[in-house]
Amino acid sequence: MTETRPHPRKSPYPLWFFIPAAIIYGVLFLFPTISSLWYSLTRWDLSTAQFIGLENFQQFFSEPFLVKGLVNTLIYAVTTSGLKTVCGLLLAVLLTSNIFARGFLRTLVFFPVLVSTIGIGITFTVMMHPTKGIINVTLETLGMPGPGWLTNPALALFSVALVDVWKGVGLATLIFIAGLAAISPDYYEAARIDGATRLQQFFRITLPLVRPATVIVVTLSLIGGLRSFDLIWAMTRGGPGFSSDVIASVIYKQYQAGFYGLSTAGNVILFALIAVIILPFTLWFNRREVEE
Amino acid sequence: MTHRIKLILAGASALLAFKASPSHAESTLSFLIDNNPDTVAAAEALVAAYQAKVPDVTIEIEPRAGGGEGDNIIKTRLATGEMSDVFLYNSGSLLQALKPAQTLVDLSGLESQVKVDEGFKSVVRADGKLYGVPFGTAMAGGILYNRKIYQDLGLTVPKTWADFMANNAKVKTSGKVAVAQTYRDTWTSQLFVLADYYNLHAVVPNFAADYTANKAKYAETPAATKGFERLKDVHDAGLMNEDFGAASYDDGLRMVATGEAAHYPMLSFAIGAIKQNYPENLADVGFFAQPSDDAQTNGLTVWMPPALYIPLTSQHAEEAKKFVDFAGSVEGCKIMVETNTVQGPPLIDGCDLPADVPPAVKDMLPYFEAKGKTTPALEFVSPVKGPALEQITVEVGSGIRQPAEAAKLYDEDVRKQAKQLGLPNW
Repeated sequence: MTETRPHPRKSPYPLWFFIPAAIIYGVLFLFPTISSLWYSLTRWDLSTAQFIGLENFQQFFSEPFLVKGLVNTLIYAVTTSGLKTVCGLLLAVLLTSNIFARGFLRTLVFFPVLVSTIGIGITFTVMMHPTKGIINVTLETLGMPGPGWLTNPALALFSVALVDVWKGVGLATLIFIAGLAAISPDYYEAARIDGATRLQQFFRITLPLVRPATVIVVTLSLIGGLRSFDLIWAMTRGGPGFSSDVIASVIYKQYQAGFYGLSTAGNVILFALIAVIILPFTLWFNRREVEE
Repeated sequence: MTHRIKLILAGASALLAFKASPSHAESTLSFLIDNNPDTVAAAEALVAAYQAKVPDVTIEIEPRAGGGEGDNIIKTRLATGEMSDVFLYNSGSLLQALKPAQTLVDLSGLESQVKVDEGFKSVVRADGKLYGVPFGTAMAGGILYNRKIYQDLGLTVPKTWADFMANNAKVKTSGKVAVAQTYRDTWTSQLFVLADYYNLHAVVPNFAADYTANKAKYAETPAATKGFERLKDVHDAGLMNEDFGAASYDDGLRMVATGEAAHYPMLSFAIGAIKQNYPENLADVGFFAQPSDDAQTNGLTVWMPPALYIPLTSQHAEEAKKFVDFAGSVEGCKIMVETNTVQGPPLIDGCDLPADVPPAVKDMLPYFEAKGKTTPALEFVSPVKGPALEQITVEVGSGIRQPAEAAKLYDEDVRKQAKQLGLPNW
């Protein structure tokens, strides 16, 4: 068999060198993954598990709110990811230009990333209170009555998404700043000599060359958005009613109710969903990169 | 994944605990309770009194979160063998979900059980054995009302839903909030449905059994759908506080105690929280049963208190039993009644209510004294309670979903629960 194929390059490390890492990987990742696949096929009360085939999956898909949760998850992921990418890039361009107090402003943008999500959730819940919250009180004094940010079923999901963007845009900005720093200033100098405007420079040089950073930001924020849970839970608990439920909160509710097998099945579905969306996306992006 | 890790950690810590367990002369019991201030106060008083009697036992109280999160903690810790020596948890359907016969110590033989009320025993019993002793008094679901507003507006306690809505209209005209609703804490939205069970039971006496056997449905039983319709009535008449979607349980208590609102549908355990947070207003709060369509039908839906349990994994089961026996005795009951706020009649024979109970409790007593004026809530007579009820009632109460549709949806939710419990006929 080895005769027909080119000989693989021999690793400088002996095989046993990998054993500790393999054990850690096996215990912490491989075993839980396989056992959760098994538990998703059972009716499980943490002490006994009874095999019931695909009934959990069937139940999960007949859950009246799974479809809503699914749609909400996609809306949430696309909204947050899109806004984080656009705002992150614009902020990064601003914060790499020669502006006043640049270091301070960079810190200011990055600061929300460091604060606990639950803390932010609670703070914004107070600020978005329909009658006593600072946002609506301010709007009221300006003569514009504010909406029920978190209590209006049509608005709740987007209010949380906006807070998520506010919290996460610092990280996107940071990645974009690193990406912008990697672009050689020669390009801009050449463009300036050719008489390109600032706008032309942005669309013809910055945007194409910052592509690797864009791919990272979009991928990370999309994955983050698809499995987002903590902020939604802290701010609305999926409510009012079920209007801001996402897959992760539906799964958590099944855990709370003691339906452990069912919620594990939900996790398997979430895993599959993320894989199905992210895998082709990254493949496509990477191929484009190689082509260029 | 985390459950696996927890299991491993639990195993390791169990080994350590085994090695480090103290000699028998002095033992330390762990005691897990919920973090409700009233519960903490009662547990502390109980522990202090017991330690004064039995000095060589130390009891460490550990508070936990309430609600669904608390259920999760209890179930996980029981399953992983990390449960404390004594723990406080609901009786009724939630207890049955713990599979008491497989996880808990049989407490039938305790001396204190002789004086415990039979109604209570029925909700901590499994396979003919008793697994818990009561912690606190019975309570009821109904409507807390502000007596000052009633006096000022010349209102009388309503017996029918029409009277109730007429009262609400008068309160609204006076510029006050007629019905406080607090959907930030979603569980508070269920009361109009759950407290309506006395009325449902009066019309359809077999409902609980048929419902458990998958023969009766909320959507197909008009008397059962009524609870959802009550929510809609109140919403559609514009009787609620403006910020009902964001208000919390504590906001509701403040509103009804201080006279911002006339009514707050709630369990009578709220009297304890009012005593803690608004002691000067305690005398202004009264209580009545949820009105029905017919003045002849007027009674209370009753909730049993939680109970103390000992897990089979306890290393100090004998000491724990003695402590639990003390808690269930007349002496233990008296300590709790004195420290804790009384939320209804005690369930231990010989443990009488003090003379100065809050007016809201006094309002409840006639129902308990009369025959047939109380019925245990559905969750104590049937093991099925759908977990999404609180979200569904928020939707109906906010005008997002119609009652008939909500009842149908709840039936779906119940079906899932019954299947998970592995009940026959589902």
